[in-house]
Amino acid sequence: MSEDKNILNGSQLTGDYKYGFYAEVDSDTAPKGLSEDIVRLISSKKGEPAFMLEWRLKAFRYWQGMKEPHWANFKYGPINYQDIRYYSAPKLRGDGPKSLAEVDQEVVKTFEKLGIPISEQKRLSGVAVDAVFDSVSVGTTHQVELEKQGIIFCPISEAVQKHPDLVMKYIGSVVPYQDNFFAALNSAVFTDGSFCYIPPGVRCPVELSTYFRINAKETGQFERTLIVADKGAFVSYLEGCTAPSRDENQLHAAVVELVALDDAEIKYSTVQNWYAGDKNGLGGIYNFVTKRGKCAGRNSKISWTQVEAGSAITWKYPSCILQGDNSVGEFYSVALTNNMMLADTGTKMIHIGKNTKSTIISKGISSDRSHNSYRGMVKIMPSAENARNFSQCDSMLIGNNCSANTFPSIEIGNNSATMEHEATTSRISADQIFYLQSRGLDKEEAISLVINGFCKEVFKTLPLEFSVEAVKLLEMKLEGSVG
Amino acid sequence: MLTINDLYASVEGTQILKGLSLKINAGEVHAIMGPNGSGKSTLSKILAGNPQYTVDSGSVEYDPGGRSIKLLELDPDIRAKEGLFLAFQYPVEVPGVPTSMFLRSSYNAVCRYHGVEEMDPLDFDVFLHEKMKLLDMDDKFIDRAVNVDFSGGEKKRNEILQMAVLNPRLAVLDETDSGLDVDSMRLVASGVNKLRTKKNAMLVITHYQRLLDYIKPDFVHVLCKGRIIKSGGPELALEVESRGYDWLINPVGGLR
Repeated sequence: MSEDKNILNGSQLTGDYKYGFYAEVDSDTAPKGLSEDIVRLISSKKGEPAFMLEWRLKAFRYWQGMKEPHWANFKYGPINYQDIRYYSAPKLRGDGPKSLAEVDQEVVKTFEKLGIPISEQKRLSGVAVDAVFDSVSVGTTHQVELEKQGIIFCPISEAVQKHPDLVMKYIGSVVPYQDNFFAALNSAVFTDGSFCYIPPGVRCPVELSTYFRINAKETGQFERTLIVADKGAFVSYLEGCTAPSRDENQLHAAVVELVALDDAEIKYSTVQNWYAGDKNGLGGIYNFVTKRGKCAGRNSKISWTQVEAGSAITWKYPSCILQGDNSVGEFYSVALTNNMMLADTGTKMIHIGKNTKSTIISKGISSDRSHNSYRGMVKIMPSAENARNFSQCDSMLIGNNCSANTFPSIEIGNNSATMEHEATTSRISADQIFYLQSRGLDKEEAISLVINGFCKEVFKTLPLEFSVEAVKLLEMKLEGSVG
Repeated sequence: MLTINDLYASVEGTQILKGLSLKINAGEVHAIMGPNGSGKSTLSKILAGNPQYTVDSGSVEYDPGGRSIKLLELDPDIRAKEGLFLAFQYPVEVPGVPTSMFLRSSYNAVCRYHGVEEMDPLDFDVFLHEKMKLLDMDDKFIDRAVNVDFSGGEKKRNEILQMAVLNPRLAVLDETDSGLDVDSMRLVASGVNKLRTKKNAMLVITHYQRLLDYIKPDFVHVLCKGRIIKSGGPELALEVESRGYDWLINPVGGLR
């Protein structure tokens, strides 16, 4: 039996978290702690125009008067914001313009090991990648072809310099720095992330993708992503994340803003696999993320798909503001927690325009001693005539020591709204496993088939390669968690 | 092919099988009949390795071809890979998993075990459609999630389709006729008959004789209170049909 298992799952048995390595990279790092000086330092490192520094400083001052929120359905120790480094960048060879040749080869190798080739010779077909290593973007592929169509896809720090008008117009327009504690912190110290602008009527021919990698010790990653789809434009964007296995908790506080104008569509997919800590909950990433999209124009559509399988703590609610008439918001989520992981995740759908429609499909899977909560809000404003929402929140428990909670909230300010809400909690039944085993599937294959079926509605919304990766990721995570 | 020696087995602390012995050779079809609670389904679950049932004593020797295996020591999936198949009385639903995908995963798991090359989705699709013809199934069937919203007849046909795909050495059919109307039963039985060869064997568990009109057994055994109390040829089934079980269980009463 055991030998047979090795053949079938050999690649999965090699380690709990195969992205846990770190690279010895010569880094340019800021001293620990957060002050106005650090904010100024980051801004000057990035060579930013004055408006950006001003905005950062306003955010910083606002943040100083805020309190860390603790309403999520979990507890964690205090975070010492003065014990974190807010900037870490692999050193460049020389001061000339950034090109891949100047990037430390260890960094390039790190991305290759992660399966993300960033050199133009080896680039992935059909996917343009922006690779972010700690606080800076180290390479963006396919830029030239994209430019021909007027598509801008570059590190946000580059966009601040080259396209200040666009950045000034849209940054903070969906998530203002006053929004919440972590959004304010991010606005003050954000270091890199991606910027995408799709001009009117253009359908982006490739998937745009950002791969975030935390490497350095004791640093936080504060990326900021801004995607704008102009009238009639379409873009599909993918985000992947990993980090080394370290015993200390590391902070990741990102902000993602999406803006869709008239008839535009943005599809945003995430496979999040930050290091989640060990079996006893030591180490792992604290993932406090604000993601929000605004369907600003008529007939616009924003669709979030997330597979959350990592991080010690996840606190994340990708949301949609449905402002334009007939706009559509979608949220598809699979959140898996194992060991001691804590996840409090869900979405907000704010209906403002007429005939707006939202769909929420959330699948939570918890095993071991983890806690997994869905928290969602659907708000129908008085102006939203004929709004519709469908919500489905399913939880699956594996074992007896985990928990799953659902906190849905609905506020209706217009009587013409149609709301549907379904929720289920289930366990993988012994009968199911026996049935599948009696057809020749081993226990782990049987469980992965059941989980696949459970998550199918979400997986089918992912681009194909990502969906394969997501399935593998869940299999790897569930390895050995079913006794 | 299968030798069951003095088998005792329990479920939830209650002993159900009490000294059951049975020998099945390749090419034979055996039928087990018996009143409710006699242990028919327990026997099928013990053979397939359901972890909710425990073996108290006894042994089961299984020979899938030229070697003898102690069946009870194997995990359920290994038993399946070694050619044992159980058609469930109550097939289980697996939401979200298309039947075709399930069948291919299952088929390829068995291939891997035997070191045979796996079948790619296109070839498998052709292979699967041939098998579906045996059971007169329409194409949509395999796109639906495994057993979800299937009628009773569809569930049983799905079991036999799985059997056709896996081509087992020893098939145990646990009350495959229960819940079927005559037409469905005829269809299922004809599917089973097409899978009958000289190399494989079947153990047909049934409450009623009528299934045995369609699947003709070589041997019939009557199970009562966890042991076989009478064995014979096909005529035994007819006798049970006309006289019931009582004359076998209480021979004295039968003289009345």
